[in-house]
Amino acid sequence: MTPASGSRAAIRDAFSRHPLSWIDTLPWVATVALYFAANDYLPLGTQVMINIIFALALDLALGYGGVATLGHAAFFGIGAYAAGLYATYVTGEPISGLVVAAAAGGIGGLMAGPLILRTRGLTLVMLTLAIATLLHELANTFPSVTGGANGLFGYEIQPLLGRFQFDLAGRTAYWYGAGVMAVIYFLSKALVNSPFGLAVKGIRENPVRMRMLGVPVTRRLVALYAVSGAFAAVAGALSAQVTKLVGLDSLTFTVSGNVLVMLILGGTGSLYGAFLGAFVFVVLSDRAAAFDPFHWLFAIGIVLILAVRYAPQGLVGVVETVAARVRPRRSPS
Amino acid sequence: MSVPALDVERISKSFGALRVTRSVSLALAPGARHALIGPNGAGKTTLVNLISGLLQPSEGAIRLDGVDVTAMPPERRVGLGLARTFQISSLFPLLSVAENVALALAARFGTDRRFWGSVRARPELVDGAAALLESLGLLALAPRPIADLPYGQRRLVEIALVLALEPKTLLLDEPAAGLASSDRVVLLDLLLRLPPSLTILVIEHDMSLVFRLAARISVLVEGAVLVEGTPAEIRADSRVRDVYLGTRSHA
Repeated sequence: MTPASGSRAAIRDAFSRHPLSWIDTLPWVATVALYFAANDYLPLGTQVMINIIFALALDLALGYGGVATLGHAAFFGIGAYAAGLYATYVTGEPISGLVVAAAAGGIGGLMAGPLILRTRGLTLVMLTLAIATLLHELANTFPSVTGGANGLFGYEIQPLLGRFQFDLAGRTAYWYGAGVMAVIYFLSKALVNSPFGLAVKGIRENPVRMRMLGVPVTRRLVALYAVSGAFAAVAGALSAQVTKLVGLDSLTFTVSGNVLVMLILGGTGSLYGAFLGAFVFVVLSDRAAAFDPFHWLFAIGIVLILAVRYAPQGLVGVVETVAARVRPRRSPS
Repeated sequence: MSVPALDVERISKSFGALRVTRSVSLALAPGARHALIGPNGAGKTTLVNLISGLLQPSEGAIRLDGVDVTAMPPERRVGLGLARTFQISSLFPLLSVAENVALALAARFGTDRRFWGSVRARPELVDGAAALLESLGLLALAPRPIADLPYGQRRLVEIALVLALEPKTLLLDEPAAGLASSDRVVLLDLLLRLPPSLTILVIEHDMSLVFRLAARISVLVEGAVLVEGTPAEIRADSRVRDVYLGTRSHA
């Protein structure tokens, strides 16, 4: 039975996808604009990018797969330590360092996933938290490897592509971060548009129905968790390479909590939320801390309360609502 | 007799001291249309959960085409050709009708593990969903999210979902539950047009639907099979009238 081409087109349009549109150019326009407009803030810009990558990783697991986690610092930390150790003992070449870190994060996800992803909801939250805490204690217990409370430092990162020295002003780091962010973003986009992406959305919506369609749900979630872990590790590795320091704090609950706040602030399940949330969170933290170094957390707290009260879908939801008013009839996505 | 498509052999299920299923046996030949009726609380849905693997029986065996699946997880039973619907609609509410069907198609073709390539570029998903929705007259609903659909249409989409799996054996758990009478007509029409090779076990309260669809009926009371027979035999059985049909047969 072959369907008419008209019905085929109707079906294609009925498959939602993460579109390639002018919105996708915004982060890169902003990246270039910031470079020329605010040269002093390049390290801050790099921190924003690192957190965007981290939040994208979390969005894949949480926003698309419905994997509730309060322990994504585990992967950030794994990536940071992997990159730091690689630079210390193997080579300071940065890109291979990222690849090694991504592999470490992915393997971490493959190992932890089967143990914890059979559970859901609060149990899963507690297990992810426990794993991150466990790794933190492990890093603390073996200072010969991790540097303990002093952290890993003193390693050198070689010039990017053998040509671009990491400079004090952070220009190379800035463009390096932008490039890695682009790669992670487009990989994430391809993933959510793929049949696998549809399957994890199905698992998020109704895991029992997915099982009764014959899908090995846990196995799919483990794969998703591993990809998310690999991307989060890339964020950690990037941080280790541009700051030339890996501390125990990269494995703390605060790191897990902050990225979750960023994503929820920006909006889950759209990839765009990671950009908005990380940008607002990091810039607001920095400016508030500069304004009042003692009480700056108040600013974050107030913004969060307002966001939860008035923008439960996150900043992306606000943008969508406004856009819908400006342009009333848009095709459903 | 050939190997039954579905063979349930003396299965029991207890939750603590409560025996919900008591030594139930059923044998469905390939292409059988078998109905399971019984009063509320008789354990009908529990039996479907046992057969589909969402619950493990305490005793007994379940075989599909002669293969013992008693210890298999539900997703592997689906791989052997078993599909089911749920008493309360179980779909993917935020996804479109086309995506719902595509999830089932991807599961059947094993393409749901592909990380690469857009869903829109997969012919087995696009063509498969188009053909299936067209044949069921549901094509116009393709872009609508399930959450937007009225209940009757959700029930039809649910049938589309299991048909996308091209099962050999289909378990329908109260497919007409909560439907308006006009929707029931559409549903019955759809069920009567299913391929004759498909083996169907249907749980249903709507007696007119049961009598038109099923060639054999088992009556489940308090977790055990009270009687099994043709619709005529079931109608004539005085015990069945007492426990179940008595209050409804004149409706």
